[in-house]
Amino acid sequence: MRSNRVGWLLLAPTIAILAIFGIVPFLYVLYVAFHQWNPFGANPYMVYNGADNFRRLVFDAEFLTSIGVTMKFAFFAVVSEVALGYLLAQLFMREFPGRGFFRTIHTLPLIVAPIVVGSVWRLMTTPSIGIIPYLLKNWTGYDLNIGRDATTAFALTVIMDIWHWTPLVTLTLLAALVSLPKEPFEQAQIDGANRWQIFWHVTLPMIRPAILATVFIRLMDALRTVDEVWMLTGGGPGAATRYVGLHIWKLVFPKTDYGYGSAISIIVLYLTLVMCWLLYVALVARRDQKRPA
Amino acid sequence: MRPNRPFVTVLFWTLLSVLTLFPIYWLFVISVKPAVELFTTPSVLLETVYWKNYVKVLGDDTLRRYMFNSIMISSGNALLVTTLAFMACYALSRFDLAGKENIFFWTITNRMAPAAVFLLPFFLLFTQVFVIGDWKLYDTRTGMILLYCTFNLPFAIWTLRPTIDAIPKELDEAATVDGATTWQVIREVIFPLARPGLAVTLILTWVFAWNEFLLAATLTSFNARTITTGLSEYVTTTGTEWGTMAAIAIITLVPALIVFSVVQRHIVAGLTFGAVKE
Repeated sequence: MRSNRVGWLLLAPTIAILAIFGIVPFLYVLYVAFHQWNPFGANPYMVYNGADNFRRLVFDAEFLTSIGVTMKFAFFAVVSEVALGYLLAQLFMREFPGRGFFRTIHTLPLIVAPIVVGSVWRLMTTPSIGIIPYLLKNWTGYDLNIGRDATTAFALTVIMDIWHWTPLVTLTLLAALVSLPKEPFEQAQIDGANRWQIFWHVTLPMIRPAILATVFIRLMDALRTVDEVWMLTGGGPGAATRYVGLHIWKLVFPKTDYGYGSAISIIVLYLTLVMCWLLYVALVARRDQKRPA
Repeated sequence: MRPNRPFVTVLFWTLLSVLTLFPIYWLFVISVKPAVELFTTPSVLLETVYWKNYVKVLGDDTLRRYMFNSIMISSGNALLVTTLAFMACYALSRFDLAGKENIFFWTITNRMAPAAVFLLPFFLLFTQVFVIGDWKLYDTRTGMILLYCTFNLPFAIWTLRPTIDAIPKELDEAATVDGATTWQVIREVIFPLARPGLAVTLILTWVFAWNEFLLAATLTSFNARTITTGLSEYVTTTGTEWGTMAAIAIITLVPALIVFSVVQRHIVAGLTFGAVKE
């Protein structure tokens, strides 16, 4: 093994940047979370209030509801995106005319800014002026109204998220697939394995780390979605699509309740971390067991 | 392998492309309609095309400046992040560093935080800590390039690590035995094999930086303001200028498309691992 000093040197810039722009702001938010602070309220100064903010959030029905819907949203969105993205990545592995062209088209949603995505989907789905309710009404007689029906609004945010982010999964998994060695596949074919066996015993173990990384990224991004949903539904109707990111946003900006907002952010960060950590340990441990000697 | 049926595949992709493109087509439709027509009965096809929104947007010096800022910030950030992540992943993959798996996991935690509350400490850092005389990190392109590392660097490290891990260690050991330095191993062995992963990382970090909105809206005012933030200035509480916003959005697709098509060429199976001698 070469000297570890080189390894640390290669890691140093990353650690330095993330420490300055990651740890320092985190400590600040953690500090604020233990204070009562509304800079534009009657008392604009920070007042230490111990764990009051945390006590408050445990009984905050709005917050707990928003955690629930966020989890539901993240679950549906991420599972669909990963399944669909993997299938599409596999399809891109084949040779067919116009592959590059279709790949570019497929990745187009990624380059639309979330705030624009939300706006377009809103204009497409607003009752009476949107194209989608109009076509649905004419073709099937179904009356789509996301301002009234909570389930439709929720489903629509999920569909929008799938439309926007599946290409990310496709791209990352495609990069993993094209980098795989060819020999194990050839060997499996010689041994007479069918497609399912090849997928389960050859492809999956090799790209599990890439799938894991993609699931993580999508999961944590889905858990902190703000811009798109904000533009599409504004969190409504009622609290049906008021995801945690939006909830915090509403606490911090219109109400400027920084102390409580910080406490909620810390808890959300903590929950995300624990969830990802458990997933990571479960899946990575399993991978290490299965790895052939 | 099953016999290839290109016709079915092409048909499938054509249908999927229609679904994928529809919202973007609709964005275009919005951009070429006068404001009053947006609130009438919709129709899928365009009857008349109204170019005024584009004339207005293209003639605007401020927006051109924002566009330039966006290109500089996204490209600077994507290159910086991909380089740093490549170095970091090589270190994590090939060296026996104490606690490296914890460091690896820690990097991703920087992407988990809900943004809203973190705007304030960033603002304080940018206006009160990173200040040298009259110069502040606030409203500079450098500031944004560095700041975007918080969400892009973890992303890049996590997407790149599986690629680097998958490159057989025998390859760099063989090169080392032949007398190659670490730098030569990285450049001659790892880099060519990691090319698809690097290309995807570069594209996606570029896109994340290009589309970022909250941080740019808070930490820039004019000099370093990005086009995504500029475009949101047309979304106001008193009424949104949808047409203008959509026109800007359509124009911003162009640089992104160019970057995509240039970099995408590298997402192909590079040298295969046949190079490993057993």
